[in-house]
Amino acid sequence: MKTKTKFITIVTVIASLLSTAPAPAQSEVYRPIVKEGDVMGFTKPVPITVSGFSGEVEQVLRFDLEVQGFKLVSDGTPQYEVTGGNSGSVQGRLSDRIGKATLFSKAYNGGSLRTQAHALADDVVAALTKHKGIGQTKIAFKVDTGAASEIYIADFDGHNAHQVTRDNTIVAAPVWVPGRLALYYVSYKLGNAHIFHHDLGTGARSAFARYGGANFSPAISPDGSKVAMILSKDGWVDLYVSNTDGTGLKRLTRSPQDESSPCWSPDGQWILFAGKSGERRVLMKVSPSGGEPVRIPTSGVSNPSEPDWSPDGKWIVFTSQGGGFTICVVPAAGGAAVTLVEGEDPSWSPNSRTVVFARRTGNGRALSVLDVFTKQYKDVSRISGSNSQPSWAK
Amino acid sequence: MKTKNWFSLLACVLVLASFATVGCKKKPVGVTPLPNAKSGGSVGEMPPGGILPGGDSTGGTTGGTGATGYPAGAGHPGWMEDRETLKTETVYFDYDSSTIKASEKSKIETVAGYLKSHSSAAVKVEGNCDERGTEEYNRALGERRALAIREYLINSGITPATVDTVSYGEDKPAVQGNNEAAWKKNRRGEFVVLTAPK
Repeated sequence: MKTKTKFITIVTVIASLLSTAPAPAQSEVYRPIVKEGDVMGFTKPVPITVSGFSGEVEQVLRFDLEVQGFKLVSDGTPQYEVTGGNSGSVQGRLSDRIGKATLFSKAYNGGSLRTQAHALADDVVAALTKHKGIGQTKIAFKVDTGAASEIYIADFDGHNAHQVTRDNTIVAAPVWVPGRLALYYVSYKLGNAHIFHHDLGTGARSAFARYGGANFSPAISPDGSKVAMILSKDGWVDLYVSNTDGTGLKRLTRSPQDESSPCWSPDGQWILFAGKSGERRVLMKVSPSGGEPVRIPTSGVSNPSEPDWSPDGKWIVFTSQGGGFTICVVPAAGGAAVTLVEGEDPSWSPNSRTVVFARRTGNGRALSVLDVFTKQYKDVSRISGSNSQPSWAK
Repeated sequence: MKTKNWFSLLACVLVLASFATVGCKKKPVGVTPLPNAKSGGSVGEMPPGGILPGGDSTGGTTGGTGATGYPAGAGHPGWMEDRETLKTETVYFDYDSSTIKASEKSKIETVAGYLKSHSSAAVKVEGNCDERGTEEYNRALGERRALAIREYLINSGITPATVDTVSYGEDKPAVQGNNEAAWKKNRRGEFVVLTAPK
């Protein structure tokens, strides 16, 4: 455990040095892409030209920029342009045609060309928005081949995928422990749905919740100290919370209806979940120390489920089920829901701008990454079978 | 070439952390921390019973509310499964419902009769859903269906400890298909007879 904490600290330190070390002197003009008054789902993408790159590097730049609010154009002279090349290693320059300024000019080294391209995209995002880019983030998800399902992790665009479980049974609902290389997920390996903790650094895993009946939908508090989950041990399907060492189990709902898909507010003060009010499906939040659940209105859409609270605390993204399934977003206090695209089970990126979600295809589910402001989305590279239940590492 | 040095150092730290005992390699392979396939993934390494006292009912209330909880040490791990004997008693449900329909009650009564005449046997009720719901919602709904059947068995005089439930949500459809004909066969509760290992 100590080693891993140290490891993460070292990586964090190096990462921060990395991002600052090669930065050339430049004007510190701040140019927010998401401006005051921009509305989720209705913001126009920022046009940008990207030239000089080829193959995989060009593909990565296109993917990363289009799911973070940019639109790559081939004609005209938009304000911003990225030029560079990828012979041997990636070099890139970001210029402002209107301001007639070079915002940065960098060369990248080490890692793969993909990694370098992601780093360049992140630098463009950092220079033109107030957000840290998502190019070097990870997702976890479920891959269902019909006979069985397994947990995978991958880069956020689905590349560089690695199989985490080899249980040859049903697995479900992977979630990252905030700030750690560790997952909780559900596996039926021991017969019923049980919740497991899996340390991806050491490979060690342990059964976390094995109560009588079902144990599923784990969600880890932002400080990593508590797990919200759904249990049926008392004869109903209810929401519970306990410490990560298994002590302090507390029942938060007592309802013959079901609760599902809990998640935490970023300040750790609330557990948000899908529940019922009478026969209507609604989103509700409850304090982890107990009390009456509070309803979160999602007006304009029906049957909300699978909520995820944005890391900046402002938004809740969720799945609405009407004729089909759609990804919707509301302010964290509730209100009029904005419908974004068809899909389900959204999970926020660390910068609260993009979500990864599952989309039903003629052949099982596939993952896509969606820029919530512009509604631009792109399919994540797919592992064979049905890919679903994505969780973005934060 | 400051950049290069930082990347090399990063790669080495990551490789070091992944393998713990290996030194800095000349050509670090990638910078992605991976699950260690050698030590991961084996259920044999899990502590039996996990780190929680399995099956206790701390903080919960049971009885008097229509819900029957699981007694400590619930479940029948290692018991033999017979999926054939009660195959014809599969209980079907309406869309998004865990209510036992009148047409299905006699099937559960047949199962109760079987358990009464086979007092050493137990039963596992498997709750399943069609695909018209989100995955974790369906996992909850499948469990509610299984629990509704369990409650009916208990009310028919079956000992609670004899009845296990499991929900597969939409993960184990009986038939494939994207239409009501398929969906109605998938909204179901199946019975598996459990007998103690000899």
